[in-house]
Amino acid sequence: MPRHFTTRRELEQHHFYPAATIGAPLLALFLSAYLPKLFPVSTIVDWPLIVVVYFYIARRNPLSGTLTGTLTGLLQDTLSNGYIGVNGIAKSVIGYVGASIGLKLDVDNILTRTILNFAFSLLHSLILFVIGYVLLASHGPGMLWTHELIRAVVNCIVALPVFLLLDLARSDI
Amino acid sequence: MDSFLARYKGLFVLLAVVLAQMIGLATQMRRPDYLSRADGHNVRIVRGWAAYTIVPIEKLLWRTGQTVRGTWHGYIDLRHVRQHDKDLQYQIDQLRLQAAGTAEDARQGQRLQHLLGFKQAYVGKTVAAQVIGTGGGDRSHILVLNKGSKDGIAPDMAVITPDGIVGKIRDVYPDSSQLLLMNDSSSGVGVILTNVRSRGVLRGTSSGAVQIGTLLPDDRIKPGETVVTSGGDRVFPRGLSVGTVRSVSLDPEHQPYTSILIQPAANLDRLEEVLVITDVAQQLTLAQTADSDADPSARKASEIVAERLPGLHTETVQDGMKPPPDPAKKDAAATTTVKATPTLHRDHYSPGTVPNAAEMKPGAKHNTDQATGAPN
Repeated sequence: MPRHFTTRRELEQHHFYPAATIGAPLLALFLSAYLPKLFPVSTIVDWPLIVVVYFYIARRNPLSGTLTGTLTGLLQDTLSNGYIGVNGIAKSVIGYVGASIGLKLDVDNILTRTILNFAFSLLHSLILFVIGYVLLASHGPGMLWTHELIRAVVNCIVALPVFLLLDLARSDI
Repeated sequence: MDSFLARYKGLFVLLAVVLAQMIGLATQMRRPDYLSRADGHNVRIVRGWAAYTIVPIEKLLWRTGQTVRGTWHGYIDLRHVRQHDKDLQYQIDQLRLQAAGTAEDARQGQRLQHLLGFKQAYVGKTVAAQVIGTGGGDRSHILVLNKGSKDGIAPDMAVITPDGIVGKIRDVYPDSSQLLLMNDSSSGVGVILTNVRSRGVLRGTSSGAVQIGTLLPDDRIKPGETVVTSGGDRVFPRGLSVGTVRSVSLDPEHQPYTSILIQPAANLDRLEEVLVITDVAQQLTLAQTADSDADPSARKASEIVAERLPGLHTETVQDGMKPPPDPAKKDAAATTTVKATPTLHRDHYSPGTVPNAAEMKPGAKHNTDQATGAPN
């Protein structure tokens, strides 16, 4: 049955199967917990961030992006030994910003996706650092910019095939 | 007004969500124990839900992997097994001979340590556990183990490998537990540098390195020096291998302390199987002590040690004869009061020349010269 859109925004908002909406973030959380056991270097990949960035920019709905990011971040915090809410705050902010930017860009373009992933990965690291420094008073050695740049690049490389896979989960294609 | 709220609905939701989480963070900062990383009751429950959800999947995957690996190694990949078996049997025979000698040395070492009064703790009982998952991401250095409270595991138990210490147990669930690695920024291990004998606290850094940051500069601390547990943290038994010193440098943020980076003995990135120390036995229990006392070889050792200790007086006792009594000893035993010899010429300072203060009256004149007979 053909879909009918009344606005350009509705036309550009992608829709997903519910199983994919729930299952993809959970799978990403599981991968982030299980893959480092097999491949220790994979700890640098933030699988939940990649998946939720995809949903932010594809749905283009700031409200939905904020709530999805919050839930995914909180679940990620429960698996770690850190304070619950650190990743929640970071991913809810990124969810809102991502969905807001997604309204103004062609997010199906590979170059746009790469740049957005790189920028959001760096922004995520910066928010985590600010939360740790300001809210949690953890005065460590400061932000390791080289490490975070490498993380952003790796996240970009991993995100491209993941985005293509998640494109298949859209219900409006 | 309604259009304003509708227009910025997403932003208001974001602010509300962030504010709620900040309040949650502030609540968690109020830990049950000051400076402790132990979670509160509600946080533990939330983490428990996550563990109950993800651990069964991790266990399933781990078992599947073990089955596939076992099938391949046990039934398919069996080339050169007979020759390998023969070589191993020969090695076992050689190792048995070595083990017999080593066991005898160990028994002798324990007896001598007991005689010297050491109270060293040893690993009493361990539970082998498999690593089935991680905490996710490189900001959290924890691993998930497949053994939990049903297997006798409890929080703060030490976790080791044959190479060295790994970390300690953090949260425990019935069928699984969380291992906090020693390179996590919230962990701490009491250590001792074997050559310098300096004690310090080993901590993880945010980058995953391991360092001692509580020692003052010391030229004797060199890269390559071995670091072992000191036992002061009451988690790790004393003397377990921790690692070696990798580099020594001044800590620019905490002057005048040094930053001593340690290379862990155990490979923290490649942990498959670990040992959880469920019982730390004192070196010799009462029963062992009794056995040691009854052991003729132990008595012989004590006699040997006693003979080697230097004595103050060497007395030769002839057969059937008592040694002559020492007059100095006899006097020392009989008299306990020391008397001063009388003075030849009495003066103001001689004992008894000045009347007792209780007998003196204010304003009265006391002629001490009469008493002393000393000239003016």
